[in-house]
Amino acid sequence: MTLLICTFAAIVASVVWYLTPARGELRLGFLSLMFWGASLMWLVDAIMEYREIGAEYFTPAGTDMLNDAFLGVSVVAFGLVIWLVAVLLADPRHVFARHAHTQG
Amino acid sequence: MACFLVPVTEAVVTTAVQYLVHKRELSRASGATAADTASSPIPFSQKLGWLNKLLWGGSALLAFEHVWHGEVVPWFPFLTAAANPEDAQEMLHEMATNGVAMALLVTAVWAAMLVVSAVLSRREAVPAPAK
Repeated sequence: MTLLICTFAAIVASVVWYLTPARGELRLGFLSLMFWGASLMWLVDAIMEYREIGAEYFTPAGTDMLNDAFLGVSVVAFGLVIWLVAVLLADPRHVFARHAHTQG
Repeated sequence: MACFLVPVTEAVVTTAVQYLVHKRELSRASGATAADTASSPIPFSQKLGWLNKLLWGGSALLAFEHVWHGEVVPWFPFLTAAANPEDAQEMLHEMATNGVAMALLVTAVWAAMLVVSAVLSRREAVPAPAK
């Protein structure tokens, strides 16, 4: 479930990267690569687990699925926070600089 | 347990390599003409940046998952599995299998991105046939 949610986040981020002209300014490449990197790593985890437990991997218990979904959503939120901090620190449109200039 | 440490180690190395490559590209670009710069493809340091983002970003999100599961803690020795030898052995085994596989898969996907990027830039360089 965590893998699935992270993969969907990667797909959405990639589509937004493709459609947005200001992709460089908004560091959308960083956002989508971060989610793709995590998705690939969890894919390895999933393959290893599948090798261990077989088809049972696809029929998780309800509570496990809920916990994994909760983790997946939290991971996406964490990734978005990292991306937001990176964009705000870079301040590509000089919003903070301009604000400081007008205040000063 | 600590499989994300293998991609982190690779990321440290590739980040250092990217820094060195970027420095070399800058010194080379200072001697190039404007026409050379305009016709050059995506610099290799930028392509290394893609790998770094995949590795650092993925590892950060995986580290979050490990904190979630209580496998990484904010006190020494930081990895709960490192506290006793039996768990430490299992952790090292997981790093050698899952961790290495993660680093290899991410690097393989990056290599595929390089191939696609080369094909796309070659396609753009070839002028369309006149009708």
